[in-house]
Formats: sequence, C-alpha cells, structure tokens
Amino acid sequence: MTPPQIDQPTGNRPRSIWARRFHQLGSPPFFYTLIEKLLPWVGALCALCFAAGLYGGLILAPTDYQQGESYRIIYIHVPAAWMSMFVYLILAISGGIGLIWRMKLAQAVARASAPIGAAYTFLALLTGSLWGKPMWGTWWIWDARLTSELVLLFLYLGYMALQSAIDDRRTAARAGAVLALVGVVNLPIIHFSVEWWSTLHQGPTVTKFDKPSIATSMLIPLLLMAIAFQLHYLVALFARVRAEILDSERRSAWVTKMVAPS
Amino acid sequence: MRPRRRQRIVLVGLLLAGVILAATLALLALRDNINLFFSPTQVAAGEAPQNTPFRLGGMVVAGSVQRAAEDLSIRFDLTDTAHTVTVAYTGILPDLFSEGQGIVTQGSLVKDGTFVASQVLAKHDENYMPPEVDEALQKAQAMGLQ
Repeated sequence: MTPPQIDQPTGNRPRSIWARRFHQLGSPPFFYTLIEKLLPWVGALCALCFAAGLYGGLILAPTDYQQGESYRIIYIHVPAAWMSMFVYLILAISGGIGLIWRMKLAQAVARASAPIGAAYTFLALLTGSLWGKPMWGTWWIWDARLTSELVLLFLYLGYMALQSAIDDRRTAARAGAVLALVGVVNLPIIHFSVEWWSTLHQGPTVTKFDKPSIATSMLIPLLLMAIAFQLHYLVALFARVRAEILDSERRSAWVTKMVAPS
Repeated sequence: MRPRRRQRIVLVGLLLAGVILAATLALLALRDNINLFFSPTQVAAGEAPQNTPFRLGGMVVAGSVQRAAEDLSIRFDLTDTAHTVTVAYTGILPDLFSEGQGIVTQGSLVKDGTFVASQVLAKHDENYMPPEVDEALQKAQAMGLQ
C-alpha cells in the first residue's frame, strides 16, 4: 500500500511576480485606491465614446433602405443586449472565483455587477419592444430569442433577491455564485437561439464569422457605442465596488482611518 | 493547490457539466415546441395542427398580393420556395410588409387549404444598408438578369 499523498505547504513557496500582482489586486485597500485613481479617466473616456457614437449613429449614419430612421435604435439596443450577456459572464466568472478561492474582491465584483447587468437587460428588452411594434407589428412575441433574454432578466433579479435575502455576506456570495453558474447555460442559448430555432427576431448581423451584414458607415458608430457601453459598465462597476468595499470593510483599520475626521 | 480548493474546482466543474447536460436534454425534448412557426412544407406534409391555430412563416410571393377595394382584406401567397400556402387576412399590416418579405402569421387552416390569419408580423432580416446601396444592388441584379 502506498501512503496517502500529502500536499506540500504553500506558505513559504516563493511566488512569481504575476502571482504577487494578482494577490495585491485582491487586497481591498489596494483596489480601492486603484479605483479612486482610474475612475475619472475611465469616466471621461466613456463620455467621449458616447458623444462620438451617438453623433455618428444618430446624425452621420445614413438611413436604412427598409426601415428608414427607425433602425437607429440599434445604437442602444444592440450594445445593451451584448452587455447584458457580457455582464452575466463576468458575474458567473467572478462568482466562481469567489466560490473556489474565497476571494473577497471577486465576490464584491459579482455583487456589484448584478444590478448593472439587470439594467442592460431591461434596456435591451424595452428598446426591442419599442422597435418591434412598428416594424414587426407586435410589442412582444414568445420566440426563443425574446424568451431567453427575459429568462436572463429573471436570473439577474433572482441573484439580486438572493443577495438581499441572506444577511451574511459570505453565505450570500456562495449561494449567489451557484445560481450565477447554473444560469450561465442560458448565454449560448440566447446567442444561438436565432440559429437553432425559427424565430421572429433576425439572425446575427455583426457577431458571426462572415463579414458583418451592415454598411461600414453604420457599423463604425455601432462599434463606438459598444465601446462606450463597455466603459460605462466599468464606471458603474467601479463606483459600486467602491461602495461594496467600504461596506464590507467598515470595521477594518484602514477604512476607519480614512473616514475619520482629521 | 490545496485539496479543498481542488475539491471545489471539481464541484464547480460537475455543476456546470450537469447543468449543460440537463439543458441540452430539455431543449432537445422541446425542439419542436420552441420553433416559432411552421413552414409551408410542413403544412403540405400535414405536420401542422389541423383544428387549432398555429403560426405559419415564409416569404410573400412577388406579384401574389391582392388587396380588396372596399375594406382592409388582403390575400397573398406565402412560400418557403418548395411549397406555397395562400393566406387571407383582414387588418392593418406592419410597416415592413412587402412582396418578397419574410412574414410570420398566426391563424388556422380552413377546408379549402387557405390559411386564415388573425395576425401578420413582418420578419426583419439581418441586413442594414443605405438606400443608395440597395438601389445599386438591384440595378446590378437587373443588369445581370438581362
């Protein structure tokens, strides 16, 4: 019989520079000061992208051959729908990291991301509905794309309800992470729903392997808006994570020192 | 890596694998119910329900649209290039309705094989282009056909 294997203690092993950076990033005070420095710059860049994207999309881009001016809702609808899925992926990944490595910062990112993602999902559903009435002829239809996107909204709302139902932050983070990981299966369903099943919603225009089926003059503002939405997510995330860190670390020495009147 | 962490990674992996398996099985079982509409070929093959309303999808055949002079009734042929079904509808059509356009209609089949629709929805395609480009494309197509 072979003796059971015992893992080597990791405490004294010299870490690589990347491992040290990673652990430093996970330290709440370090991340808090990093956010403080980054937030104004990211915010300014975000405003710039929004201005350029909206000007390009609403004024410079030509009208569509079929839909006329109404197609311009894609400059909000499409980036919002992309972000609704991207934020959920971040929610699930950071939830998973928080679950496995018990990293506080990852748990804070997951907790902070949920309401932002829910807002993007709601925006995508709302703008789609407003466009659907004149173009399709209906506000809503239970096709695979619309239904799976609605399920995504309910996943976000369920996650948020779970977070506020459990008082203990660590228990809430673990329960939420399991829910987030279960819901991740919905992401490929949303993306491929228009290819797997017959739907009223059209197929992908940009996110496919072929050349995008949109004129370049219309595509450039759309990509600018996509970048603007990504930056907006960062701004919203930073602001919320900052509040999360302060709340969860309110009894620690560095927070007391920082907020104490000097 | 510490054994407890490794155990958690395995558990998360198993959770994901289980959920993917469950979702795949559920979606495969519901495959036919998730499709929004039946095609004219399925109707011709008798796969569409006989006495209950269902949705029918296809392209409006060019030149088949007949509008009534006195009211909003309209008749047109719907095709998936293999089979054709005639649709009768009374009501307001969506902006995107035109000949050659993809359409989804809700209604039911009557005895003579006509599909009496209670709702007509336009299916938009994924192409976005300025009107000039569309004109140029159609001109090029017309020249190629001559």
